[in-house]
Amino acid sequence: MSIDIKTVNVEPKRQTFAHVARRLGSDKPASRYEEGVFDVQATKHFHYRPLWGPEHWHFDEGRTAIGMEDWYLFKDPRQLYYGTYTIARANMHQTTDHNFAFEEKRDMLANIDPAWREMIVGYLIPLRHYEWGANMNACSISDAGYGTAITSAAIFTAGDRLGIAQILSRIGIVLGGGDGELLDEAKQQWMEADAWQGVRKAVEDSLVLKDWFEALLAQFLVMDGMIYPLVYNHFDTEGQRHGAAALSMLCEFMVDWSAEHNRWVDAVVKVAAKESDENQALLSDWYGTWRDTMTEALAPLASMVMADAAEAALRDVHQQLDDRAAKLGLSI
Amino acid sequence: MAGIVSITLQNNDEARPVIESILHDNPSANANYMPGAVKIDCPERLVVKAESVSARIGRDWDPQEIHLTIVSMGGSLDEDDEELVLSWGA
Amino acid sequence: MTPPRKKKLNLKKRYELMTRGLDWETSYQKMDDVFPYDTFEGIKITDWSKWEDPFRLTMDAYWKYQGEKERKLYAVLDSFAQNNGQLGISDARYVNAIKLFLTGVTPLEYQAHRHFAHLGRHIRGVGPRVAAQMQSLDELRHAQTQIHTISHYNKYFDGFAEFPHMHDRVWYLSVPKSFFDDACSAGPFEFFTAISFAFEYVLTNLLFVPFMSGAAYNGDLATVTFGFSAQSDEARHMTLGIEVIKFMLEQHPDNLPIVQQWVDKWFWRGHKMLGLVAMMMDYMLPKRIMSWKEAWEIYFTEAGGALFEDLSRYGLRVPKYADIATDEAEHISHQNWSIFYQYTQAAGFHTWLPSDEEMAWLSEKYPNTFDKYYRPRFEMWREMEARGERFYNNALPQLCQTCQIPMGYTEPGDPTRIGFRSTEYAGERYHFCSDGCKDIFENEPEKFSQAWLPVHQIFQGNCGGAELSDVLEWYHMKNGTDNMDYTGSPDQKQWDAWQSVRKRVAG
Repeated sequence: MSIDIKTVNVEPKRQTFAHVARRLGSDKPASRYEEGVFDVQATKHFHYRPLWGPEHWHFDEGRTAIGMEDWYLFKDPRQLYYGTYTIARANMHQTTDHNFAFEEKRDMLANIDPAWREMIVGYLIPLRHYEWGANMNACSISDAGYGTAITSAAIFTAGDRLGIAQILSRIGIVLGGGDGELLDEAKQQWMEADAWQGVRKAVEDSLVLKDWFEALLAQFLVMDGMIYPLVYNHFDTEGQRHGAAALSMLCEFMVDWSAEHNRWVDAVVKVAAKESDENQALLSDWYGTWRDTMTEALAPLASMVMADAAEAALRDVHQQLDDRAAKLGLSI
Repeated sequence: MAGIVSITLQNNDEARPVIESILHDNPSANANYMPGAVKIDCPERLVVKAESVSARIGRDWDPQEIHLTIVSMGGSLDEDDEELVLSWGA
Repeated sequence: MTPPRKKKLNLKKRYELMTRGLDWETSYQKMDDVFPYDTFEGIKITDWSKWEDPFRLTMDAYWKYQGEKERKLYAVLDSFAQNNGQLGISDARYVNAIKLFLTGVTPLEYQAHRHFAHLGRHIRGVGPRVAAQMQSLDELRHAQTQIHTISHYNKYFDGFAEFPHMHDRVWYLSVPKSFFDDACSAGPFEFFTAISFAFEYVLTNLLFVPFMSGAAYNGDLATVTFGFSAQSDEARHMTLGIEVIKFMLEQHPDNLPIVQQWVDKWFWRGHKMLGLVAMMMDYMLPKRIMSWKEAWEIYFTEAGGALFEDLSRYGLRVPKYADIATDEAEHISHQNWSIFYQYTQAAGFHTWLPSDEEMAWLSEKYPNTFDKYYRPRFEMWREMEARGERFYNNALPQLCQTCQIPMGYTEPGDPTRIGFRSTEYAGERYHFCSDGCKDIFENEPEKFSQAWLPVHQIFQGNCGGAELSDVLEWYHMKNGTDNMDYTGSPDQKQWDAWQSVRKRVAG
């Protein structure tokens, strides 16, 4: 049956949900991001203290020392909700798949200098464990964080980190000719090689942090903020000199992802620092500690890959991060 | 009713070749249609063969594509490159 | 003739390489400090590597399939909104079931997102951890797609606009909320048993399959699309649920009594909570496809029967009181609808009495109970309405300390007598609707004595005031708009106006 809807008065009674309208200041059409995120987390009248940690409710502002009047100030500049998230990542990964197929067909990784191939197993493939650590921290933040704005973006990040760990695994598989031998070798490096122990210790230390916001700052701002430019910029440039241009194409996902991820991380840190002097001091304090830890932890890895050029590369990474943190309102 | 396994799929264009394949490859299977979905019951074991679905759609069908149309299931599932199997006691 | 399928790296092996090996034994921090929560419940796991991954989705495949599902779903939602799909539903009474869904179920999906993130971080085995992470993402998906679907109804109907506010406060919404709070405040293995097994595997079909099929039958293309799209994730969740149970039972014989007690508890908790769905199916769908009792037979008696027969090889038995729950399937929807009819003044959706035609359907579907126990009550209420004396229950009901439903359920085997149980703990007396709920309390009195019981809270003055109008205001429930009977509601007036134009146009 077709009806002429023009003859029926179908004026909406309201444009959006009442809690969303309160946040927008009036009842006006809201985006899917806003409706899917604002106030979705329960805030009151919980029934039972968790058996696994009775000092807090399962959703509790007290799980971080950072204080906020309004936890929905942490709006994601990417405006990701589940639909836009999965569609964006599916598109990004399609390019990655295409690059893998292209290179595998032409056996392009075979052009890399054999010595540098060893180096890749030493510096790149062990990062799959670093990504897995980042995945764990992202899950922690989604678990312990407060408000849907943080917890949704955090679980998307957890998915991203697992996805990146799997891209790195795939590079290891292709590099090893189709089996997992190189993955085992790289894991051994992660567990035992001197170049990695500082990083591994920092990751393990981050996994026992009790404050989820400190984990966010340590992992997403400091650790990622140093490792990503060091590896995917400096090490990659070094690789170009050893015939590893094909590798860059397989790492494109990480480069694109990191640029996007930083926008979210910066927005979150900036808002928290701006909220109060107490927050600003705490964040600055955490920042300094983790940056120093990471600068030290990355030195042996950088010199393994870049020899004499390592110090300059690390200094550059350090400086860039300090500049970025200062822009976010942290005291350096 | 001992050991009935089941799979429920959306009843749409995309699922239809999968439904047809299941009914063809599992002669004891029984389809119950309801609005929007179809529940297929089968004694003991039910298999979804990639080869059968591929033949019906004229391209390679990956068993993981089942995620696009599955609604529910009963039984333990095992999945490999060629087929999905639902059974009890696995 | 299609060409033979191309071979690629074996799925199982590939998945193992891409996933399992990511984890490592920490040495700078103790493993027990990195994973502090997965031992206190007493579940013994001797070898995590024995975990079988049921579906082996790598993240790229996850993004691909989920992204595709989302594209399709949002295309339907956009078209539903553009074409004023709300005009095509069977009857505006139907929308009240969706109100209960958004206020009662959607916030639970969000809670599930959070707690699966907790498991995705804190379970020591990589296999279940990755599955839990994907489920955390899925549950967020369900919360958001439900909000986005129902967003359109919110524009045209009352009762939706304050859903998160209501979920944290309204008396009957504490039933689903406390259910999930209970699971999230439990240890990780209990949560898995509660949500992945008892709820997702054993009971969730009752909510999503017949109810969503009912949505399709009532012309709600948007809801059936998100419902079935969500269910396609549910299949993955179900495989996680059954795998967890088997894994715990296979790992150590000491796990059996713990798991059995959880299965008993969560089956009963789920059964009571799904009584709300029973009422949605039997009373709130203007066009019905299946009674609650029939759904129970298919999805619990039959499917659950096969499941528990399979699990009996581990020594696990059918949940305690399953027979009583099956018996209650003859009553629960009628009793629940009666409760909401009596308390319509404090309900965030509209109520009504079943029509003659609907009562005939109920008689047919419930030959043992409807005519004998429930028809007379509805007919009496109908006569009272006709006399202008619509029955309202103005006394605040006593709530069961465990399930938090008003004590309106009858004794097993005697549908004329309301069941009451009570027990004493730390000098206080606590009340229950059933033996199942009393057992649950007695196993964990320190937990269940903490419950935030809405009626107690009203009496203690924590809910805006002593008058109904105060409490409604505190609920953000608009008197005369969001609550009371469908007849005379703004929803009805609007629907009738739409219908009269349609008739004119069609005629």
